Amino acid sequence: MADCNETLKELEPYLDGELSIEAREHIHGHLDGCADCQQAYEFHFELKQAIRRKASNDELPSSLLQRLEFCLREDFDGDGTVAGEPTG
Amino acid sequence: MEYAPQLYSAALRMTRNRADAEDLVQEAMLRGFRSYETFTEGTNLRAWLFRILTNAYINRYRAKQRRPDETDLGEVEDLFLYRRVGGLEAAAASLSAEDQFLDLFTDDEVKTALEDLPENFRLPVILADVEGFAYKEIADMLDIPVGTVMSRLHRGRKAMQRALYAYAEERGLVDQAG
Repeated sequence: MADCNETLKELEPYLDGELSIEAREHIHGHLDGCADCQQAYEFHFELKQAIRRKASNDELPSSLLQRLEFCLREDFDGDGTVAGEPTG
Repeated sequence: MEYAPQLYSAALRMTRNRADAEDLVQEAMLRGFRSYETFTEGTNLRAWLFRILTNAYINRYRAKQRRPDETDLGEVEDLFLYRRVGGLEAAAASLSAEDQFLDLFTDDEVKTALEDLPENFRLPVILADVEGFAYKEIADMLDIPVGTVMSRLHRGRKAMQRALYAYAEERGLVDQAG
């Protein structure tokens, strides 16, 4: 089973779901029996969730949506002109 | 269009202004649309689009925003914010029951803390913490080794925590006795 130092060192890859199954079990085993490390884990888990929630809630501007729809429909090269039509 | 809102949020964090973010999303969506035949069926469409967005950002903006990244951050101790949670307890007690401790920080504070990171650290943190990509996917998008993704994430996250704590101090949320 991992000790506190090892657990805190691996906390980020553990939270990010990047450890092998064995390494994961190793950390999990320690967290189960160590209230201090469990608390640190929960804090960083919530921090990651909070960052995701708070930094990804920008509303797509309707002007951009219109530009995108227009480009994908008519103006594939996105240069502001409709392909095949004379520009001058 | 399904991914346009996510691409736009990420583009805003990357470029830090709305006009550039809109241009970047338009460029990425168009490139994706035009090169769709190079997309391999069965692989991750979302990761493919974010790779295009990240490349477009790097090509457009990296040259003009170059600055000394490594020295900018300074050393921040591990578990920076966690070690200081005690000093924020009084402020946290004022939150309503359904709010989490981290709701002490406003959306704007979190966004600014992220956007203020130097680009080398900002991109991995956006891609990992906001967009939830795996280290390997981020390494591919940024064309850097997985080990570099991990170390930049580690340092970028700590610097972000330090910035958040500074906002808490500015707003007088930190209990001086704690």
